[in-house]
Amino acid sequence: MALPPLDSPQWKSPFRAFAWGVSSVASTVLTLVLFATYLGIGALAHDSQFSLGWVLGSTLLVWAGPAQIILISTLGSGATAVQAAIAVTVSAIRLFPMVVSVLPLMKTPKTRRRHLVLATHFIAVTLWVECYRLLPKVPRERRIAFTHGLGCGLVTVCMIATTFGYALAAKLPPLFAAAILLLTPLAFLLSTARNCRQISDVLALVLGLSLFPLVSMLHTGVDILISGVTAGSMAYGVHWWRERARA
Amino acid sequence: MSEFFGSPHALLVLVLAGFLPNEIWRMAGLWFGAGVDEGSEVLVWVRAVATAILAGVIAQILVQPPGALAGVPDWLRYGAVAAGFAMFMLTRRSIFAGVVSGEIILLAGKWWLG
Repeated sequence: MALPPLDSPQWKSPFRAFAWGVSSVASTVLTLVLFATYLGIGALAHDSQFSLGWVLGSTLLVWAGPAQIILISTLGSGATAVQAAIAVTVSAIRLFPMVVSVLPLMKTPKTRRRHLVLATHFIAVTLWVECYRLLPKVPRERRIAFTHGLGCGLVTVCMIATTFGYALAAKLPPLFAAAILLLTPLAFLLSTARNCRQISDVLALVLGLSLFPLVSMLHTGVDILISGVTAGSMAYGVHWWRERARA
Repeated sequence: MSEFFGSPHALLVLVLAGFLPNEIWRMAGLWFGAGVDEGSEVLVWVRAVATAILAGVIAQILVQPPGALAGVPDWLRYGAVAAGFAMFMLTRRSIFAGVVSGEIILLAGKWWLG
Protein backbone atom coordinates (compact mmCIF):
# COMPACT_ATOMS: atom_id res chain seq x y z
CA MET A 1 0.00 0.00 0.00
CA ALA A 2 1.40 3.39 -1.03
CA LEU A 3 0.46 6.81 0.31
CA PRO A 4 -0.78 9.41 -2.21
CA PRO A 5 1.88 11.84 -3.53
CA LEU A 6 2.61 14.90 -1.39
CA ASP A 7 0.73 17.29 -3.71
CA SER A 8 -2.35 15.05 -4.04
CA PRO A 9 -5.73 16.72 -3.22
CA GLN A 10 -6.40 13.71 -0.98
CA TRP A 11 -4.28 15.39 1.71
CA LYS A 12 -6.60 18.44 1.77
CA SER A 13 -8.85 16.88 4.41
CA PRO A 14 -7.46 16.12 7.90
CA PHE A 15 -9.97 13.25 8.15
CA ARG A 16 -8.50 11.61 5.03
CA ALA A 17 -5.03 12.08 6.55
CA PHE A 18 -6.27 10.40 9.75
CA ALA A 19 -7.67 7.52 7.65
CA TRP A 20 -4.35 7.15 5.80
CA GLY A 21 -2.68 6.96 9.21
CA VAL A 22 -5.05 4.20 10.35
CA SER A 23 -4.52 2.19 7.16
CA SER A 24 -0.73 2.54 7.42
CA VAL A 25 -1.00 0.14 10.36
CA ALA A 26 -1.25 -2.58 7.69
CA SER A 27 1.98 -1.44 6.00
CA THR A 28 4.40 -2.50 8.72
CA VAL A 29 5.44 -5.85 10.13
CA LEU A 30 5.88 -4.12 13.49
CA THR A 31 2.07 -4.30 13.83
CA LEU A 32 2.37 -8.11 13.91
CA VAL A 33 5.17 -7.85 16.46
CA LEU A 34 2.97 -5.61 18.65
CA PHE A 35 0.04 -8.00 18.24
CA ALA A 36 2.10 -10.95 19.48
CA THR A 37 3.61 -8.88 22.31
CA TYR A 38 0.15 -7.82 23.53
CA LEU A 39 -1.12 -11.41 23.30
CA GLY A 40 1.66 -12.11 25.79
CA ILE A 41 0.71 -9.13 27.99
CA GLY A 42 -2.96 -10.20 28.03
CA ALA A 43 -1.95 -13.75 29.02
CA LEU A 44 0.43 -12.45 31.71
CA ALA A 45 -2.34 -10.25 33.19
CA HIS A 46 -4.72 -13.23 33.26
CA ASP A 47 -2.15 -15.44 34.98
CA SER A 48 -1.42 -12.66 37.51
CA GLN A 49 -5.19 -12.37 38.23
CA PHE A 50 -5.86 -8.87 36.99
CA SER A 51 -9.28 -8.09 35.46
CA LEU A 52 -9.67 -7.77 31.69
CA GLY A 53 -10.80 -4.14 32.07
CA TRP A 54 -7.69 -3.37 34.10
CA VAL A 55 -5.26 -4.75 31.52
CA LEU A 56 -7.13 -3.06 28.65
CA GLY A 57 -6.90 0.18 30.64
CA SER A 58 -3.15 -0.35 30.99
CA THR A 59 -2.79 -0.83 27.21
CA LEU A 60 -4.73 2.38 26.56
CA LEU A 61 -3.12 4.53 29.28
CA VAL A 62 0.42 3.20 29.63
CA TRP A 63 0.91 2.17 25.98
CA ALA A 64 4.46 0.86 26.40
CA GLY A 65 5.04 -2.91 26.37
CA PRO A 66 8.05 -3.09 28.71
CA ALA A 67 6.38 -0.79 31.30
CA GLN A 68 3.20 -2.89 31.26
CA ILE A 69 5.14 -6.14 31.71
CA ILE A 70 7.02 -4.58 34.64
CA LEU A 71 3.82 -3.19 36.19
CA ILE A 72 1.94 -6.50 35.96
CA SER A 73 4.83 -8.66 37.13
CA THR A 74 5.86 -6.42 40.07
CA LEU A 75 2.29 -5.90 41.34
CA GLY A 76 1.50 -9.58 40.64
CA SER A 77 4.45 -10.70 42.76
CA GLY A 78 3.12 -8.68 45.73
CA ALA A 79 5.31 -5.56 45.49
CA THR A 80 3.89 -2.26 46.74
CA ALA A 81 2.52 0.38 44.35
CA VAL A 82 5.51 2.61 45.16
CA GLN A 83 8.00 -0.12 44.17
CA ALA A 84 6.08 -0.73 40.94
CA ALA A 85 5.95 3.01 40.15
CA ILE A 86 9.73 3.33 40.54
CA ALA A 87 10.41 0.33 38.28
CA VAL A 88 7.96 1.68 35.66
CA THR A 89 9.40 5.19 35.65
CA VAL A 90 12.97 3.93 35.24
CA SER A 91 11.89 1.86 32.23
CA ALA A 92 10.06 4.86 30.74
CA ILE A 93 13.00 7.30 30.66
CA ARG A 94 13.73 6.19 27.08
CA LEU A 95 10.45 7.81 25.99
CA PHE A 96 11.86 11.27 26.75
CA PRO A 97 14.56 11.42 24.02
CA MET A 98 12.19 9.66 21.59
CA VAL A 99 9.53 12.34 22.04
CA VAL A 100 12.06 15.18 21.83
CA SER A 101 13.55 13.81 18.61
CA VAL A 102 10.30 13.01 16.78
CA LEU A 103 8.05 16.00 17.64
CA PRO A 104 9.96 18.48 15.45
CA LEU A 105 8.92 16.36 12.42
CA MET A 106 5.24 17.02 13.22
CA LYS A 107 5.04 20.69 13.98
CA THR A 108 4.48 23.74 11.82
CA PRO A 109 5.11 27.34 12.92
CA LYS A 110 1.42 27.50 13.97
CA THR A 111 1.48 24.34 16.11
CA ARG A 112 0.84 24.83 19.85
CA ARG A 113 1.97 22.39 22.53
CA ARG A 114 -1.59 21.28 23.30
CA HIS A 115 -2.04 20.15 19.67
CA LEU A 116 0.75 17.63 20.22
CA VAL A 117 -0.47 16.07 23.52
CA LEU A 118 -2.30 13.09 21.99
CA ALA A 119 0.42 12.42 19.39
CA THR A 120 2.97 12.51 22.25
CA HIS A 121 0.96 9.94 24.21
CA PHE A 122 1.14 7.52 21.26
CA ILE A 123 4.94 7.69 21.00
CA ALA A 124 6.67 4.42 21.86
CA VAL A 125 9.25 2.47 19.87
CA THR A 126 6.92 1.46 17.04
CA LEU A 127 5.52 4.93 16.44
CA TRP A 128 8.98 6.48 16.78
CA VAL A 129 10.38 4.24 14.04
CA GLU A 130 7.33 4.50 11.79
CA CYS A 131 7.22 8.31 12.06
CA TYR A 132 10.75 8.52 10.69
CA ARG A 133 9.75 6.22 7.83
CA LEU A 134 6.29 7.60 7.00
CA LEU A 135 6.11 11.30 7.97
CA PRO A 136 8.42 12.48 5.14
CA LYS A 137 5.73 11.11 2.76
CA VAL A 138 2.99 13.20 4.45
CA PRO A 139 2.50 16.97 3.92
CA ARG A 140 3.69 18.80 7.03
CA GLU A 141 0.33 20.36 7.94
CA ARG A 142 -1.33 16.90 7.96
CA ARG A 143 1.31 15.06 9.99
CA ILE A 144 -0.43 15.40 13.38
CA ALA A 145 -3.73 14.05 11.96
CA PHE A 146 -1.81 11.22 10.28
CA THR A 147 -0.01 10.35 13.53
CA HIS A 148 -3.34 10.34 15.42
CA GLY A 149 -4.66 7.84 12.87
CA LEU A 150 -1.58 5.64 13.09
CA GLY A 151 -1.66 5.75 16.91
CA CYS A 152 -5.39 4.98 17.16
CA GLY A 153 -4.97 2.10 14.68
CA LEU A 154 -2.07 0.55 16.61
CA VAL A 155 -3.80 0.95 20.01
CA THR A 156 -6.94 -0.72 18.61
CA VAL A 157 -4.94 -3.68 17.26
CA CYS A 158 -3.21 -4.03 20.64
CA MET A 159 -6.48 -3.84 22.63
CA ILE A 160 -7.80 -6.72 20.49
CA ALA A 161 -4.56 -8.67 21.02
CA THR A 162 -4.71 -8.01 24.79
CA THR A 163 -8.28 -9.41 24.87
CA PHE A 164 -7.28 -12.53 22.86
CA GLY A 165 -4.23 -13.12 25.03
CA TYR A 166 -6.35 -12.77 28.19
CA ALA A 167 -8.93 -15.25 26.88
CA LEU A 168 -6.39 -17.77 25.56
CA ALA A 169 -3.92 -17.57 28.46
CA ALA A 170 -4.33 -21.13 29.67
CA LYS A 171 -4.03 -22.57 26.15
CA LEU A 172 -0.74 -20.96 25.06
CA PRO A 173 2.18 -23.43 24.83
CA PRO A 174 5.39 -22.54 26.80
CA LEU A 175 7.48 -22.45 23.58
CA PHE A 176 5.20 -19.65 22.37
CA ALA A 177 6.07 -17.58 25.45
CA ALA A 178 9.81 -17.76 24.65
CA ALA A 179 9.15 -16.88 20.99
CA ILE A 180 7.08 -13.81 22.00
CA LEU A 181 9.78 -12.61 24.38
CA LEU A 182 12.42 -12.84 21.62
CA LEU A 183 10.24 -10.72 19.31
CA THR A 184 10.92 -7.50 21.23
CA PRO A 185 14.75 -7.48 20.98
CA LEU A 186 14.68 -8.81 17.42
CA ALA A 187 12.16 -6.26 16.13
CA PHE A 188 13.69 -3.38 18.15
CA LEU A 189 17.16 -4.20 16.77
CA LEU A 190 16.11 -4.44 13.13
CA SER A 191 13.80 -1.44 13.16
CA THR A 192 16.43 0.71 14.88
CA ALA A 193 19.02 -0.50 12.35
CA ARG A 194 16.71 0.48 9.50
CA ASN A 195 16.12 3.85 11.17
CA CYS A 196 19.84 4.78 11.14
CA ARG A 197 20.42 7.85 8.95
CA GLN A 198 23.83 9.09 10.02
CA ILE A 199 27.08 7.62 11.25
CA SER A 200 26.11 8.81 14.76
CA ASP A 201 23.00 6.58 14.71
CA VAL A 202 24.94 3.48 13.62
CA LEU A 203 27.62 4.11 16.25
CA ALA A 204 24.99 4.75 18.96
CA LEU A 205 23.39 1.38 18.19
CA VAL A 206 26.67 -0.57 18.18
CA LEU A 207 28.13 1.21 21.23
CA GLY A 208 24.82 0.96 23.12
CA LEU A 209 24.66 -2.81 22.53
CA SER A 210 28.26 -3.36 23.64
CA LEU A 211 28.32 -0.93 26.57
CA PHE A 212 25.21 -2.21 28.37
CA PRO A 213 26.66 -5.64 29.37
CA LEU A 214 29.65 -3.82 30.93
CA VAL A 215 27.59 -1.17 32.76
CA SER A 216 25.10 -3.80 33.99
CA MET A 217 27.86 -5.29 36.16
CA LEU A 218 27.63 -2.14 38.29
CA HIS A 219 23.99 -2.95 39.23
CA THR A 220 23.06 0.71 39.65
CA GLY A 221 19.35 0.27 38.87
CA VAL A 222 19.70 2.86 36.06
CA ASP A 223 22.24 0.86 34.00
CA ILE A 224 20.33 1.43 30.75
CA LEU A 225 20.31 5.17 31.29
CA ILE A 226 24.05 5.30 32.06
CA SER A 227 25.07 3.13 29.09
CA GLY A 228 22.60 4.93 26.79
CA VAL A 229 23.70 8.48 27.59
CA THR A 230 27.38 7.49 27.46
CA ALA A 231 27.14 5.56 24.16
CA GLY A 232 24.89 8.21 22.58
CA SER A 233 27.24 11.03 23.58
CA MET A 234 30.29 9.13 22.28
CA ALA A 235 28.50 8.58 18.98
CA TYR A 236 27.59 12.26 18.82
CA GLY A 237 31.22 13.16 19.62
CA VAL A 238 32.39 11.24 16.54
CA HIS A 239 29.75 13.00 14.41
CA TRP A 240 30.83 16.41 15.78
CA TRP A 241 34.52 15.66 15.19
CA ARG A 242 33.88 14.52 11.59
CA GLU A 243 31.80 17.63 10.82
CA ARG A 244 34.57 19.83 12.18
CA ALA A 245 37.25 17.99 10.18
CA ARG A 246 35.13 18.50 7.05
CA ALA A 247 34.59 22.24 7.60
CA MET B 1 -19.30 -3.75 35.01
CA SER B 2 -17.48 -3.96 38.34
CA GLU B 3 -16.44 -7.49 37.43
CA PHE B 4 -14.94 -6.25 34.14
CA PHE B 5 -12.82 -3.54 35.76
CA GLY B 6 -12.19 -5.13 39.15
CA SER B 7 -11.89 -3.06 42.32
CA PRO B 8 -11.62 0.75 42.21
CA HIS B 9 -8.45 0.38 44.27
CA ALA B 10 -6.78 -1.66 41.47
CA LEU B 11 -7.69 1.05 38.95
CA LEU B 12 -6.23 3.72 41.22
CA VAL B 13 -2.99 1.71 41.41
CA LEU B 14 -2.99 1.45 37.59
CA VAL B 15 -3.13 5.23 37.28
CA LEU B 16 -0.69 6.03 40.11
CA ALA B 17 1.89 3.25 39.58
CA GLY B 18 1.48 2.64 35.82
CA PHE B 19 0.08 5.60 33.90
CA LEU B 20 1.61 8.60 35.71
CA PRO B 21 5.23 7.36 36.20
CA ASN B 22 5.29 6.35 32.51
CA GLU B 23 3.48 9.35 30.99
CA ILE B 24 5.55 11.93 32.86
CA TRP B 25 8.53 11.25 30.54
CA ARG B 26 6.41 11.74 27.43
CA MET B 27 5.03 15.02 28.74
CA ALA B 28 8.53 16.16 29.77
CA GLY B 29 9.61 15.38 26.19
CA LEU B 30 6.69 17.46 24.89
CA TRP B 31 7.67 20.35 27.15
CA PHE B 32 11.27 20.40 25.93
CA GLY B 33 10.83 19.00 22.42
CA ALA B 34 8.12 21.36 21.17
CA GLY B 35 10.64 24.21 21.06
CA VAL B 36 13.38 22.38 19.13
CA ASP B 37 13.81 22.89 15.36
CA GLU B 38 14.06 19.94 12.98
CA GLY B 39 17.50 20.83 11.63
CA SER B 40 18.97 21.62 15.04
CA GLU B 41 22.27 20.02 16.04
CA VAL B 42 21.03 19.06 19.53
CA LEU B 43 18.56 16.69 17.82
CA VAL B 44 21.45 14.64 16.40
CA TRP B 45 22.65 14.09 19.99
CA VAL B 46 19.14 13.39 21.34
CA ARG B 47 18.53 10.84 18.59
CA ALA B 48 21.87 9.15 19.26
CA VAL B 49 20.98 8.90 22.98
CA ALA B 50 17.49 7.55 22.17
CA THR B 51 19.04 4.94 19.85
CA ALA B 52 21.67 3.94 22.43
CA ILE B 53 19.08 3.62 25.24
CA LEU B 54 17.02 1.39 22.95
CA ALA B 55 20.17 -0.64 22.23
CA GLY B 56 20.51 -1.03 26.02
CA VAL B 57 16.92 -2.35 26.26
CA ILE B 58 17.71 -4.88 23.49
CA ALA B 59 20.97 -5.96 25.18
CA GLN B 60 19.24 -6.29 28.56
CA ILE B 61 16.61 -8.70 27.25
CA LEU B 62 19.34 -10.83 25.60
CA VAL B 63 21.85 -10.77 28.48
CA GLN B 64 19.36 -10.94 31.38
CA PRO B 65 16.44 -12.76 29.69
CA PRO B 66 13.01 -12.55 31.39
CA GLY B 67 10.58 -15.43 32.03
CA ALA B 68 10.41 -18.22 29.47
CA LEU B 69 13.31 -16.79 27.45
CA ALA B 70 15.65 -17.65 30.34
CA GLY B 71 15.01 -21.31 29.51
CA VAL B 72 16.69 -20.86 26.10
CA PRO B 73 20.49 -21.43 26.15
CA ASP B 74 22.68 -18.32 25.63
CA TRP B 75 24.14 -19.51 22.33
CA LEU B 76 20.67 -20.09 20.88
CA ARG B 77 19.40 -16.63 21.91
CA TYR B 78 22.43 -14.84 20.45
CA GLY B 79 22.47 -17.15 17.41
CA ALA B 80 18.80 -16.48 16.63
CA VAL B 81 19.28 -12.70 16.80
CA ALA B 82 22.50 -12.89 14.72
CA ALA B 83 20.73 -15.02 12.09
CA GLY B 84 17.83 -12.54 12.01
CA PHE B 85 20.24 -9.64 11.54
CA ALA B 86 22.15 -11.48 8.78
CA MET B 87 18.90 -12.19 6.90
CA PHE B 88 17.85 -8.54 7.36
CA MET B 89 21.09 -7.40 5.68
CA LEU B 90 20.86 -10.03 2.91
CA THR B 91 17.31 -9.03 2.01
CA ARG B 92 18.11 -5.31 1.68
CA ARG B 93 16.86 -4.46 5.16
CA SER B 94 13.59 -6.39 5.30
CA ILE B 95 12.47 -6.40 8.96
CA PHE B 96 9.94 -9.11 8.14
CA ALA B 97 12.55 -11.52 6.72
CA GLY B 98 14.85 -10.83 9.67
CA VAL B 99 12.21 -11.34 12.37
CA VAL B 100 10.86 -14.53 10.75
CA SER B 101 14.35 -16.08 10.32
CA GLY B 102 15.33 -15.26 13.90
CA GLU B 103 12.14 -16.82 15.25
CA ILE B 104 12.54 -19.93 13.07
CA ILE B 105 16.08 -20.46 14.40
CA LEU B 106 14.85 -20.10 17.99
CA LEU B 107 11.92 -22.50 17.53
CA ALA B 108 13.98 -25.02 15.53
CA GLY B 109 16.75 -24.91 18.14
CA LYS B 110 14.32 -25.39 21.04
CA TRP B 111 12.60 -28.25 19.22
CA TRP B 112 15.96 -29.91 18.43
CA LEU B 113 17.08 -29.59 22.05
CA GLY B 114 13.78 -31.18 23.07
